[in-house]
Amino acid sequence: MIEIVNLHAEVQGQKILNGLNLKINKGEVHSIMGPNGSGKSTLAAILAGKEDYDITDGDIIYKGESILDLAPDERAQQGIFLAFQYPIEIPGVSNAYFLREALNSINKARGNPVLKPVEFGKLAKQKIKMLKMDETLLKRSLNEGFSGGEKKRNEILQMAILEPLLSILDETDSGLDIDALQIVANGVNSLRNEETAFLVITHYQRLLDYIVPDFVHVLVKGKIVKSGDKSLALELESKGYSWLED
Amino acid sequence: MVEELKIDNDQATKEMLEKNDYKYGFVTDVEQEIIPKGINEDVVRFISNKKNEPEWLLDFRLKAYRKWLTMEEPSWAKLNIEPIDYNGISYFAAPKEMPKSLDEIDPEIIDTYNKLGIPLEEQKQLEGIAIDVVFDSVSLVTTFKDKLAEVGIIFCSFSEAVIEHEELVKKYLGRVIPSGDNYFAALNAAAFTDGSFVYIPKGVKCPMELSTYFRINAEDTGQFERTLIIAEEGSSVSYLEGCTAPKRSTSQLHAACVELIAFDDATIKYSTIQNWYPGDKDGKGGIYNFVTKRGNCVGKNSRISWTQVETGSAITWKYPSCILTGDNSVGEFYSVALTNNRQQADTGTKMIHLGKNTRSTIVSKGISAGFGQNIYRGLVEISKNAQNARNYTVCDSILIGENCGAHTFPYIEVKNSSAQLEHEATTSKIGEDQIFYCQQRGMSEEDALSLIVNGFCKEVFKELPFEFAVEAERLLSVSLEGSVG
Ligand SMILES: Nc1ncnc2c1ncn2[C@@H]1O[C@H](COP(=O)(O)OP(=O)(O)O)[C@@H](O)[C@H]1O
Ligand SMILES: [Mg+2]
Repeated sequence: MIEIVNLHAEVQGQKILNGLNLKINKGEVHSIMGPNGSGKSTLAAILAGKEDYDITDGDIIYKGESILDLAPDERAQQGIFLAFQYPIEIPGVSNAYFLREALNSINKARGNPVLKPVEFGKLAKQKIKMLKMDETLLKRSLNEGFSGGEKKRNEILQMAILEPLLSILDETDSGLDIDALQIVANGVNSLRNEETAFLVITHYQRLLDYIVPDFVHVLVKGKIVKSGDKSLALELESKGYSWLED
Repeated sequence: MVEELKIDNDQATKEMLEKNDYKYGFVTDVEQEIIPKGINEDVVRFISNKKNEPEWLLDFRLKAYRKWLTMEEPSWAKLNIEPIDYNGISYFAAPKEMPKSLDEIDPEIIDTYNKLGIPLEEQKQLEGIAIDVVFDSVSLVTTFKDKLAEVGIIFCSFSEAVIEHEELVKKYLGRVIPSGDNYFAALNAAAFTDGSFVYIPKGVKCPMELSTYFRINAEDTGQFERTLIIAEEGSSVSYLEGCTAPKRSTSQLHAACVELIAFDDATIKYSTIQNWYPGDKDGKGGIYNFVTKRGNCVGKNSRISWTQVETGSAITWKYPSCILTGDNSVGEFYSVALTNNRQQADTGTKMIHLGKNTRSTIVSKGISAGFGQNIYRGLVEISKNAQNARNYTVCDSILIGENCGAHTFPYIEVKNSSAQLEHEATTSKIGEDQIFYCQQRGMSEEDALSLIVNGFCKEVFKELPFEFAVEAERLLSVSLEGSVG
C-alpha cells in the first residue's frame, strides 16, 4: 500500500529523518515505537502532506505512485488519515458539521454522491454507537473544551466515519484510561480488513494487547534501527530504548 | 433641469462581469431620469418638489443643507479615502416611468431583482418577508403592504409615508439623528430621496420579517436613503436590509440614515447584510458607505438589537448605536466585518446608558484578508444617572495573510461607579494548523478557510433570521475567495 524509500527530511536546516525505509502492505498493522524526539510525529505529518518540512531525499510511494507532490487534501481524498497527537480546536464549528463537510469533500473528489444532513446524521449515530461514545459529542464545537481523552476518541470517530485505507495513529493511546483505550482499539479493529492498513505510533505496549500488530519498528534519530514482531514491543517495555541507541 | 439618460450595458462592463466574482455587478438597462450633477439649494428644492413634500420638510432639508455647508468631513476615522467631489454626483435618479402597481414595473427591473434572488411578482414573493424595493433614488414597490395594514402596521416607502402619514413622520423624523448630527447625516437630511417607513402600533407583534432591498444602478449618482422605524408600547418587529450595486470603475457614495424608536416593552431587531460593490483587486471603484444608524430605547424594558454583516463597499464608516434612555432597556450590537483586497472598514457602535439597570452587549468580529484594513471603534458611555448599568464587549479579529491589518479603539466613559463593564479582545492569525487539520480530513484550503471563518462568526450569525444566516455564510465564503494560496 505504501512504501517509504530512503526518506530524508529536515526543518529549518535541522535533520529529522535520516534515510527511513518502511513498507506496509494491504491488510497489515505496523507499529512504530521510539524515544521522544526521534521523529515519529514528523514522519506522520510528512505522510499526511504537511508543508513545514523539506524532503531532501527519498520518496513516498502510495498505491504505486509518488505522493510527494500531492496536497494534504488530495492525500486524504485518496484514503490517508492521520489521527493527530494533538487534535486542533475550531471554535464555532460543530463536530457534526465539520465531519459532514470532510466526508462530502472526499465523496465529491471520488465522484461519489454527497450525503444530506439527515443521511449523515444516521451514519454518525451508528458509528458513535459502535464505538460506545456519547452522542452529544457531535453537537459540540470541534474539539473545543474537549478533555484530552475526548479529543483522542473524537479522532477515532472521524476515522470510523471517513473509512480511510491507510490510517496513521500518532500516540492516540497516550493519556487514555483502559476503557478509552478499548474504544480506540475497537475503532481500529472494526476497520481492519484485507484492503486497509495501519501505522500505529505508540509508547506503550499495552495498546498492542488490543491492536495486535504484524510488525513493530523502533525509530531512533530519524531511522528505523530495529524491526520485529509483536514480541519486540514486550522487549522494549522491559529494556527501554538505550540498548538500541549508539 | 431634468435630463434624460439611457444607461447601456457597455462591452467593458460585460467583460468585467464575466471575469469577476461579484455576481451582483450587472447594470440594468432602463430609462432613467437623472438630474445634473451637483448639490445646491435648487437641487434640494427639486427633490422636495418631486416628492410633493409639505413646507416643513423642505425647511428641514434646507436647514440641514445650510448646516452641511458649514461642516467639514470627519477625519478621525482610520480610513484612507480619495477626496469626494460632492458636486461630481447626481442626487436624484429614478426610472422614468414610475410604476403605479407591480404590473407596471419595467420587466428589466423585475429581472434585476430575480437575479438578486428577490422575486417581485405576486405569485413568487418570498413567504414571510415583506419587502420594500429601493432602486436608486426611489422606492418602487412594497410587498404585503395590505396584509400588514390589517393589523395596523404601516410599512411603505418614506415618500409615501410623508404624504399618507405626515403627522407620524413630522413627529419622529430627526428625533434620534438630528439633521445636523454629523457631516454625512446632514447631507442625507438635505438630499435624501427615499427609504422605508415602519410603524408598529401598540401591542402588535409584526407577523413577518420586514425588509428593504437597496440597489444602486445609475452611474455617478449617490444614494441617500432614510429609514424610520417606530415601535409603540409592547410591540416588536424584525427588520432586514440588503444592498448591492453594479461594478463601476469610479467610486459611488452611499450616505444613509436609519432612526429607530422603541417605546415601553418594545423590541426592534435590525439586521443588515451589506454587500455593496467593494471595488476591484487594486481598490478601483466601489461604494463609499457612510451611514448613520441610531436607535433610542425611549421606553422602559425596551430593546434595540443591531446585527450587521458587512462584506461589501470599498469604504465602510458606520456605528449603529443605541441610546438607552428607558430604565431596564437593552442595546445590542452584533457585527461581522470582512475586508479583503483594498477594502477598509471603520465600524463599531456607541452604547449610551442613560436609564437605570440598562444593559448592552457588543460582539464584534473583524476579518481582514489581502490588503484589507479592519477597524473596530466603539464607545460605551455610562451617564451619571445610569445606576447599575452593565456592558459586555467582545472584540475579536482574525488576520488572513501578511498584508492586512486589524485595530480596535474601545472608548469608555463611566460617570456612575455602580457600572459593571467587561471587555475582551483577541487578535489571531488564521492558524496553519487549523487549515492543515481540515485539509487532512479532505477539505480544500479555501473550504477550510471559509469553514474556520464561519465558525469564528457563529455568535453573530445566530442572531440573524435563518435564511439570512445562510446567505451571510455564503457571502463570506465568496468574499474570501482568492485570499489563500
Ligand atoms: N515544525 C518543526 N519545527 C522545528 N522543529 C521541529 C518541528 N517538528 C519537529 N521538530 C523537531 O524534530 C524532532 C522530532 O520531533 P517529533 O517528530 O515530534 O518527535 P516524536 O514524535 O518522535 O517525539 C524534535 O527535535 C522536534 O523538536
Ligand atoms: Mg510525537
